[in-house]
Amino acid sequence: MSEPAHDDAPKRARRDDTEGNLAIVGRSITINRPRAELYAYWRDFSNLPSFMHAVKSIRMEGSDRTVWTIKAPAGQTVEIETAVTEDVEGEVIGWDSTENSQIETKGRVTFADAPADRGTIVTAEIAYTPPAGNLGRLVAKLFMAEPNIQARHELKRFKMLMEAGEIATGDNRKPTDGDE
Amino acid sequence: MRALTWHGNNDVRVDTHPDPEIVNPRDVILKVTSTAICGSDLHLFDGVIPGMKSGDILGHEFMGEVVETGSRSTLKKGQRVVVPFTISCGHCFFCENQQFSACDNGNPVEKQDASEMLYGHAMGAAFGYSHLTGGYAGGQAEYVRVPFSDVGPIIIPDGLEDDKVLFLSDILPTGWMAAENAQIERGDTVAVWGAGPVGLFAVQSAMLMGAEQIICIDHHPHRLELAQQFGAKTINFEETHVREALMEMTGGIGPDAVIDAVGMEAHGFVADNVLDVIKQKIGPGADRGHALRQALLACRKGGRVSVPGVYGGMLDKWPLGAMMEKGLQIKTGQTHVQKYSQDLLRRIGEGEIDTTFLISHRLPLEDAPMAYKNFRDNQNEWTKVVLKTA
Ligand SMILES: NC(=O)c1ccc[n+]([C@@H]2O[C@H](COP(=O)([O-])OP(=O)(O)OC[C@H]3O[C@@H](n4cnc5c(N)ncnc54)[C@H](O)[C@@H]3O)[C@@H](O)[C@H]2O)c1
Ligand SMILES: [Zn+2]
Ligand SMILES: [Zn+2]
Repeated sequence: MSEPAHDDAPKRARRDDTEGNLAIVGRSITINRPRAELYAYWRDFSNLPSFMHAVKSIRMEGSDRTVWTIKAPAGQTVEIETAVTEDVEGEVIGWDSTENSQIETKGRVTFADAPADRGTIVTAEIAYTPPAGNLGRLVAKLFMAEPNIQARHELKRFKMLMEAGEIATGDNRKPTDGDE
Repeated sequence: MRALTWHGNNDVRVDTHPDPEIVNPRDVILKVTSTAICGSDLHLFDGVIPGMKSGDILGHEFMGEVVETGSRSTLKKGQRVVVPFTISCGHCFFCENQQFSACDNGNPVEKQDASEMLYGHAMGAAFGYSHLTGGYAGGQAEYVRVPFSDVGPIIIPDGLEDDKVLFLSDILPTGWMAAENAQIERGDTVAVWGAGPVGLFAVQSAMLMGAEQIICIDHHPHRLELAQQFGAKTINFEETHVREALMEMTGGIGPDAVIDAVGMEAHGFVADNVLDVIKQKIGPGADRGHALRQALLACRKGGRVSVPGVYGGMLDKWPLGAMMEKGLQIKTGQTHVQKYSQDLLRRIGEGEIDTTFLISHRLPLEDAPMAYKNFRDNQNEWTKVVLKTA
């Protein structure tokens, strides 16, 4: 029997959203800014912690390796090392975890023109293996228990920063301790 | 600073809070001079809107003087401004299309989840109106932090005193948009349910937009008298069969457009965790959808339905058949306040629109708890309360 025909929905919206042993999550968002500007901001990885709140810092190792320090409970941190696997200016950035990484993950963010000058459709897709071990479980709980929500929140913060120039908060006072 | 604070159902108090500070670059801090209590605040007072936390500062109708400016604000210290209740960034797709209350970027990301689950899309942000709309501190206070100050606040020229312009923050543009949504044509009869602040401004606006006949429906004689002052005819629903009267007052056709300025205590304003609480409250309260049902049945074939009244959840016994079979059009939504600011400010300045007729009480902020109670329980006489901070 041949493969059943698929519809046009992206993998992440299908009932079967796995690819081999990888679970796929992701989200699209339309941002009312030019494609080149959004790509450039994202491609400078040191900008990412400004809207990815679980990411404490990002360090470049050589030309294409990046070490992400992720916040964990009780002041702990977890490190994920990734390498850029795909990079087309203004269109796509892809990365894959390396053998030094504590969890296996790969991701891809694409930038496409929205219709009628509505800006850019930014799509982030992340695939990951549900991690094993104590540390893995910790990270999963913190970072990946709701990876869809995480992706959604990060893209929305990115949009706020790009469109409004700041990230909305209802707080009436500045945070007293930057590193909570 | 002192601020009117929500503590729970029927429990609001004036408490002392830390002064707000500039948090984001586009912020300003306002020293509030005048602030009003809205019918929408009563939904919070009655405790029927979830997402409130004890300690929240209320108030979304306010104005004052700029006392501090963020690095990217375009306002200057000392300027007098009225602040729209909708917090809108000015740059997203919705803001650029003048749909300011649908702004994507005002509601903090973490606060968007509940309404996104409930409505399919996250709500926009507002001042002092629960954590579903952002958890922003409101303006029934001595000071308030105002985000996106370069696009929202309306600069008020000297010579226009507070009471003339304060309602640019909400109820005047809300009444105006309600009338606009009625898409009034020559010869039209417009029926307005509710002679509260929103209904009365809808009456005034519909008149300016050229309605032939306006019929306002309520049961408070004094409020109905105010509607009469603007040339509306009135129906007291305690004395009269409303639908029958509307048919007889329109030559058997029915009103061409209907406006629901009553709204419903937002029983269904729910996230998962409050569904049960809500269920208990439905019952007698669910009858509050009565005005909208009546409006749908009264509206003429092919007519227009405008709903400024606030609803939050599910309404049962919705006469969908009447809507479909009569071919009604419906327009609704939180007001896109910023869209109307300049036009309405001009009309006030030129004396075309008067808003001061509405104010029945001017009181110090410290009296706010008593004012909430009276604005809810003595609606006939308490038509609008303005709180003064100085
Ligand atoms: N869409 C918006 O952006 C927006 C803005 C402001 C207020 N609102 C909403 O508009 C509604 C009205 O606000 P308000 O400040 O005028 O409130 P209000 O409570 O002062 O006035 C409501 C009036 O409706 C009358 N009423 C009650 N049941 C009625 C019925 N069955 N038929 C006819 N009249 C009836 C009441 O007697 C009262 O006079 C509220 O739901 C409020 O939340 C919406
Ligand atoms: Zn209001
Ligand atoms: Zn916006």
